[in-house]
Amino acid sequence: MATGTRWTETAVELAGTKLHLARAGSGRPLLVLHHDIGSPDQLDFYNTLVDRFDVLVPHHPGYGKSERPQWLRSVRDVAIMYQSLLAGLGVDRPSLIGLGFGGWIAAEMATMAPRGFHRLVLVGAMGLKPPDGDILDQAIVSYLDYARAGFHDQAAFAKVYGDVSTDQLVNWDLCREMCFRIAWKPYMYSQTLPHLLGGVRVPALVVWGDDDRVVPKSAGERYTALLPEARFEIVRDAGHCVEMEQPAELVRLVNGFIEGN
Amino acid sequence: MHVMYFTEQPMSEYPAKIGLEFGATALMFSNKYFDPVAGSRLYNEYLEQYIYAEEMGVEGFMLNEHHNAPFCMQAKCNIFASILAAVTKKAKIVLLGNPLPLAENPVRLAEELAMIDMISKGRLVSGFVRGGGQEQLAAGVSPAYNRERFEEAHDLVVAAWTREGPFRWEGTHYQHRVVNPWAVPLQKPYPRVWIPGVLSKETIVWAAKQRYPYIALNTSIEATKQIWKLYDQVALETGYTAGPENRGYLQQVHVSDSEEKAEKNARQFLWMQGEFTGLAHPVWSNPAGYFSPEFRRQFVEFAVGRAESPRGRPTFEKQVADGRVIYGTPDTVIPKLRRVLEETRPSIYGLWGNDGSVSPEDAKTCIRLLGQEVMPAMREIGKELGLKDPFELDAPVHLRYSTDLKQMPQAAE
Repeated sequence: MATGTRWTETAVELAGTKLHLARAGSGRPLLVLHHDIGSPDQLDFYNTLVDRFDVLVPHHPGYGKSERPQWLRSVRDVAIMYQSLLAGLGVDRPSLIGLGFGGWIAAEMATMAPRGFHRLVLVGAMGLKPPDGDILDQAIVSYLDYARAGFHDQAAFAKVYGDVSTDQLVNWDLCREMCFRIAWKPYMYSQTLPHLLGGVRVPALVVWGDDDRVVPKSAGERYTALLPEARFEIVRDAGHCVEMEQPAELVRLVNGFIEGN
Repeated sequence: MHVMYFTEQPMSEYPAKIGLEFGATALMFSNKYFDPVAGSRLYNEYLEQYIYAEEMGVEGFMLNEHHNAPFCMQAKCNIFASILAAVTKKAKIVLLGNPLPLAENPVRLAEELAMIDMISKGRLVSGFVRGGGQEQLAAGVSPAYNRERFEEAHDLVVAAWTREGPFRWEGTHYQHRVVNPWAVPLQKPYPRVWIPGVLSKETIVWAAKQRYPYIALNTSIEATKQIWKLYDQVALETGYTAGPENRGYLQQVHVSDSEEKAEKNARQFLWMQGEFTGLAHPVWSNPAGYFSPEFRRQFVEFAVGRAESPRGRPTFEKQVADGRVIYGTPDTVIPKLRRVLEETRPSIYGLWGNDGSVSPEDAKTCIRLLGQEVMPAMREIGKELGLKDPFELDAPVHLRYSTDLKQMPQAAE
């Protein structure tokens, strides 16, 4: 994965499919769930987390290097697959960090196992219908425009993606197709999740970029209100992809939250 | 040879300049620019033209549908088909077609089509399409399951037409407790199904495996030949030899009483900047999961403006040169059509006569000349070339009704 950090990459057999998993570091286990546009292999955010945690970064089924399960129909199916992954690996009470679309998966996982996690961190999480505004619909914008919309500062986008290659565009198209297979309608939220979040017994941190143009901030406020023990934090000068734009600030928040009492 | 008249039924009375400025008129161009007074007039004009076409000797009406765009006003082809079923007498009503994946209830579609078949006294040809990319978005149907839904909806419609009810349907995309429509087609075993298409190899292969005629929509002569090469190959592998009865073609052909007027009106075929289905936005017309995976690289590059559309956007002159657009008086048009017939040997031929803002008078002149001069000449050429259509040959409606298969196919459905 990253230069300087020793990542182990494996293909885990799960539900009849091969799931790509990168793992590095030591300490408390931490499952990081990526965005709907997949994830670059190398991110400062991941490489800093490994200093303190045993970090697991899977590619969602059908995204990136993970095979597409033709039968997969919902984001809740993905959450169940990750519960199986953790059980299979013997990872006990990890913390979850869900980034955007990955936040929806993390929230679903927390409702399934109310005491099963140490901490829950949702960053610009999809999954709830925003009380004010709509989740940006990638079906009507280009791959490039959608990815760029995740950034407050386009220089930060360029730092991560550079001159976007055709391979990257193809990868985004595959991710997009997968979103259309499992989160098409309602687009990127669940109508039942809000009724289930009240049962979660895990302390949660809800983080939002102050310039998130993909998921309205009102969705974050709704998560904070529905989760029994949740705190809301705004990160300045950040769009939807807080971990790519303000990695140091997000790591600071995460470290303090996961290691705090 | 079966020759049909077609018009896209353009909603030509909209502020085209504003459409151009907006940049893409299919899907998101606001319907605040739709004028229902002009719409009412145009719907009635188009109906009159189809009825007039039958009076002028036209033997088939081709109808289609599109959504959210001025290039085609027909939002539900079954509606015009129903009207024409009642008010015309002889011409085939050829739907090319109903977009199956957009149907949430294919059983209802089967009922509507059965009604049209009965009301028309057995004149329905029920084509099916996947729908354009924009239309998946307009209908809110996931483009990622487009082909799966197309195939399953087809199977369900055919089951509703041919199996005695009540029965249960437990499919992947459709589940029905009770399928038992009290409206079944007059034609047996069921109305002919023709499959139109432009580019996707998957559709050509699927049509050939069903033994359904494939209708190449306004493709160049060379592209059309490639389509038949693939179709014929799949047919052989499936156990039959494909012939003209499996081949259809739709072509933009405007005739008039003078060459000058014909050219002026033929240029209206490019009223949407030469785009086949309106001025399309590359992302809206090609949502992820909709197009053939083999074109994924080209489409993503097109979507971000790095490449031309894989479908192309040729100029008027280029389209005239490669035979996609034909115009003239009957005397100059007929030899050009003869060339297409000789080169590509279809037995089903749609003549897309009028588009854009051709005046009602010129449209009727075109229809009269097509019906009275061009189509009879084409039928004669068809006889000479042995281009027998599925009706003349009483060709099997589907592969399963074949009596001449060389080997039983393994995956006929």
